Amino acid sequence: MSSENKQERGVHRRTFLKGAALGLAAATLPGAEADASIWESFFQKHFREMNDKEIKQVIERLEREYEQKYKKKISVGNEKALPGVLFGYGLDLSRCIGCRRCEYACVDENNQSKDPQVHWITVLRFKKGEKWVDLEESEKYYNPPLVPEADYFYMPVQCQQCENPPCVKVCPTQATWKEPDGIVVIDYNWCIGCRYCMAACPYGARRFNWADPNRKPEEINAKTHYLGNRPRYKGVVEKCTFCIQRTRNGRYPACVEACPVGARKFGNLLDPDSEIRYAIEHKRVFRLKEDLNTYPKFYYFFAYGV
Amino acid sequence: MKYLIKNFFIAARQVFIGNTAYYLWIVFLSVFILLGLSTYIDQLQRGLITTAMRDQVSWGFYISNFTFLVGVAAAAVLLVIPAYLYNFKPIKEIVLFGELLAITAITMCILFIMVDMGQPMRVWHILPVLGTMNFPSSLLAWDVVVLNGYLAINMVIAFYVLYRLSIGKEYKMSVIGPLIILSIPWAVSIHTVTAFLYNGLSARPFWNASILAPRFLASAFCSGPAIMILLFQIIRKRSEVEIDNRAIYKIAELIAYAMGVNLFLLGAEAFKEFYSGSIHSYPMQYLYFGLHGKNALVPWMWFASVLNISAFFLFLFPRTRENFTTLNMGCIFVIIGVYIEKGMGLIVPGFIPDTLGEIYEYTPTTPEIITAMGIWAVGAMLYTVLLKFAIPIYTGKLRFETRGQ
Repeated sequence: MSSENKQERGVHRRTFLKGAALGLAAATLPGAEADASIWESFFQKHFREMNDKEIKQVIERLEREYEQKYKKKISVGNEKALPGVLFGYGLDLSRCIGCRRCEYACVDENNQSKDPQVHWITVLRFKKGEKWVDLEESEKYYNPPLVPEADYFYMPVQCQQCENPPCVKVCPTQATWKEPDGIVVIDYNWCIGCRYCMAACPYGARRFNWADPNRKPEEINAKTHYLGNRPRYKGVVEKCTFCIQRTRNGRYPACVEACPVGARKFGNLLDPDSEIRYAIEHKRVFRLKEDLNTYPKFYYFFAYGV
Repeated sequence: MKYLIKNFFIAARQVFIGNTAYYLWIVFLSVFILLGLSTYIDQLQRGLITTAMRDQVSWGFYISNFTFLVGVAAAAVLLVIPAYLYNFKPIKEIVLFGELLAITAITMCILFIMVDMGQPMRVWHILPVLGTMNFPSSLLAWDVVVLNGYLAINMVIAFYVLYRLSIGKEYKMSVIGPLIILSIPWAVSIHTVTAFLYNGLSARPFWNASILAPRFLASAFCSGPAIMILLFQIIRKRSEVEIDNRAIYKIAELIAYAMGVNLFLLGAEAFKEFYSGSIHSYPMQYLYFGLHGKNALVPWMWFASVLNISAFFLFLFPRTRENFTTLNMGCIFVIIGVYIEKGMGLIVPGFIPDTLGEIYEYTPTTPEIITAMGIWAVGAMLYTVLLKFAIPIYTGKLRFETRGQ
């Protein structure tokens, strides 16, 4: 083979690779037709490193983007934690009937993807008399015609909002952190999607957007919070935020309102007159996987003995 | 400046000119790289849903390959220790090829992390100063530091040695001596930190065992050198580089010890899990016997165990160790055995059963496997190109032009 031929081949290979590189760039980088906001989004700073003005600009951009994408006005709030508030949750296992209404209310409120399906609450079913505290014998796909079933009891699990959250400890980019009111939040624009937090969470509370979140525009809850239920992106992690968009405005989380049997209690742990404090002080509460020292602010208890 | 440009072309020509076999090899690898690229582009567009990973098993084949390759990279140190500390000459002469392998393996590690990321464009968030690196809290931040540091150390050593040789001078130990000494604990650290990355998670009892880091090191010191032994034979056959048999036998002997330790630690782990029989033994039960009728990894794990034990005996006895047929068999056994054990066999059972007790059986999808093969092809091409450039300098055939000449 002549050296000219060889040279040509080298060039071919390079052109080849160049083409491939362009293809890759086209897939990752925003094209010419894309809005300039994609670059703004790319260079967006960490949420906690932005001042109020910068946050305002980011929120305006997000609202523009959402309006473009969903053809409806979606408000993105940024209510801050109130002083003297530490949110806590109580779940009365003696009442829970396993109807999963909390799960569905959560999806309606928090704009999770419908396809692929993302749920922040998992209701586990256990057989009475069998071992259950270690969760190994749980059943999450139970599907009887009617609940409750005589031989079973139920335990909903969601983000336990740990005081000592392993997910926050391991996140390599500080994209998830604990707010002053105790809610563990994620900046969906800072998360790199490494999923280390999912490996670290002992409660299976974190969900990943394996595909583009898919939800009909008319089903979108337009009242959102930056750190809560605003529409997410593919490739980022999400989870329960105690309905930050509601609770920071003095409302109950959607799951608390949806529960038909009043098994769910919510309130301020620092307020001695709150319902949650009453439950903690008068019932025998326990928390999941206490041996791990994560100190969840999610308390399970049995209000009465059935 | 004139010499710099000229020398650049001297070096570049090396890479673009070769015989037919070389071109065929490059074309062969390019096919896999392009295939991998196409599945990766699809994954970028549609998301990681193209993989079999889900919330229950949130890391899979990519992270398995990453873990295995950190071990390969770390094992370059096994060559450095006898070479420089004990001045064992036969190995000292070939340390360079180990360092080039470390550079290649780390590059592949970085690629495997990149393809596993949900938002690869945001990778700068993990960097110090530019982003908000969570150091020292996150072990992943530590891993970024130690892996990039290791890459830098090996690049500086390898390219300094090559540069000195290329201008016809001996390299000065006073310049790279401290770096070589530093590279030894550093190599141990990359694998230790990677082990700690899993080890530190109390949510995953399978990883949350103190035996994890020692086992990581022991198995890395099997697979990395086994790859080296095979590569040395190929290099020896296809170039004028002379590699002393004594070097190969010495490395094989070291593999025997490392595999002995690895098997002992595995036994210790198995005893603890199965004798005590608490729920923390479920992942290991899943691995070797299946759990609740789910047993996707069982045949693989037994296959790996048989390979590792056979390899141990092949490397243990001087007769089989110093016979190239059995030696190479042993190397292949070790590479496959450790690849299964320290890859899928380590990552997947960390998630099975998941933290809420569910068993989701993970088997990588075809696109996932093709993307991974693409990265392996990138690694093979990178190592080929590095050798293509390094060997003529090493044998003295290629010399750069300098003012003095």
